[in-house]
Amino acid sequence: MAEELPDPDSAPYWEGIAAGELRYQRCAACDAAIFYPRSICPTCGTPEPAWHVSAGDGVVHACSIIHRAPPAHKDEAPYVVALVDLTEGFRMMSRIVDCDPDSVAVGQNVSVVYREDSDGTPAPYFVPSP
Amino acid sequence: MSLNKACAIAGVAESRLGVVPDSTVMTLQAEAMVAALAEAGLEKSDVDAVFSSGNWGRLPQLQVCEYLGIQPSYSDNTSVGGASFEFHLGHAAAAIQAELCKVAVILYGSTQRSRRERRIFEAHTDLGYQYEAPYGLPIPVGAYALAASRHMSQYGTTPEQLAELAVSTRSWAQLNPKAYRREPLTVDEVLASDMIASPLRRLDCCLVTDGGGCVVVVSPEIAKTLPKAPVWLLGQGESHSHAQISEMPDLTVTPAAQSGKRAFAMAGVTHSDLDVVEIYDSFTITVLLTLESLGFCKLGESGTFVSGGRTAPGGEFPLNTMGGGLSYCHPGQYGIFLLIEAVRQLRGECGDRQVANATLALASGTGGVLSSNSTVILGLE
Ligand SMILES: [Zn+2]
Repeated sequence: MAEELPDPDSAPYWEGIAAGELRYQRCAACDAAIFYPRSICPTCGTPEPAWHVSAGDGVVHACSIIHRAPPAHKDEAPYVVALVDLTEGFRMMSRIVDCDPDSVAVGQNVSVVYREDSDGTPAPYFVPSP
Repeated sequence: MSLNKACAIAGVAESRLGVVPDSTVMTLQAEAMVAALAEAGLEKSDVDAVFSSGNWGRLPQLQVCEYLGIQPSYSDNTSVGGASFEFHLGHAAAAIQAELCKVAVILYGSTQRSRRERRIFEAHTDLGYQYEAPYGLPIPVGAYALAASRHMSQYGTTPEQLAELAVSTRSWAQLNPKAYRREPLTVDEVLASDMIASPLRRLDCCLVTDGGGCVVVVSPEIAKTLPKAPVWLLGQGESHSHAQISEMPDLTVTPAAQSGKRAFAMAGVTHSDLDVVEIYDSFTITVLLTLESLGFCKLGESGTFVSGGRTAPGGEFPLNTMGGGLSYCHPGQYGIFLLIEAVRQLRGECGDRQVANATLALASGTGGVLSSNSTVILGLE
């Protein structure tokens, strides 16, 4: 991860990940769930959305098995990158791990786990829900 | 207020395309500009506005104007990916209508095939990208793969339908001497090509080539004095909805839904009036999503829409008649070539691939990761 990170918007998020919490924001004015973290609600423009903790349960909204990986991830292919819709109403990118890549499908229930990424920084990943 | 007939296209040209090792981004743009101005019957000294979308330097607009020796009185470096040039055409029309300029050049060049100059999509890891960077999504193909995955799941679109679009596009390329890939292609060959990011295979992806282009845009008064019949801008719309794929509001609806609506309303025409359609094909799925968002078919029906050779030569819906980014050329930001082909089709200059009696054309550029779209409708007087 680049050395200027985390930044003032993202610090609470990455601190949460390091502590085993998936944090997101919610706007006090319009109730929109917000991800990625921002200093302003992108729906209604109200500043300083409040931080909350997600239960980490979601559904695969879209997924792709990556066969031709970017240079930094060459040794990891094939792997599944997905967009996950969390129960609290926000969407994030992640990988679905600990399963056969071919078994991952849109609509599947998944739950968060925390792993170190290729740089040794903890990041949220998802596994099929039991 | 409308941009209907606020400007006309007076000249278009490509530079050398394909693999052009003895070139730079600047020589390719110079080459295209000289040819486009000659076709328009204008001199470089007539040019008072420059539009470009370079990714070759820190201040690309300054660099290209310096190289070409142009001190513009109107200057626009709107850079929203491959759709930038359709945005530029609308912006040029507005500037001409406001009498801020009279003769604009829209420019692009890339040597990404030969020199591997700075890539458009570098691996960004800061700001919003820090939340995607750990997962190794190859950009742009992985983002388009996610959209394709969603479309297939939601609507039952098949790999065969995507492949059919690639095959029809190749059939057009076979009629274009300038196309990079002209050998015959079958659906089975597309389906047998390497998986890159499922469900997208190598032959669902555009080419990587060198190339440049130029479009000369002039005021209505000037248009009427020039050698070639002017091609008029009848309608234009533009929009963008996100920068990274996890922020796309709906993976199956592109900003073409918004820009297309405005373009059609401004032009005062409907879908069935169009004779020829050029839609950015960075990937096969890009075309299917754009067809739906522009309203050529209902949401979810684009797979069926492109089936049965419908968009191939001789089909009822002539689409990407130069062979597209899939088979003709794709030097990074391809949108300028949609304008060039639409103009040539309307002028009847397309030889074997000419669509008979084409008088109304649509060009729709998409950039980023389905992020930006500008759609233009062009016609003869
Ligand atoms: Zn809000």
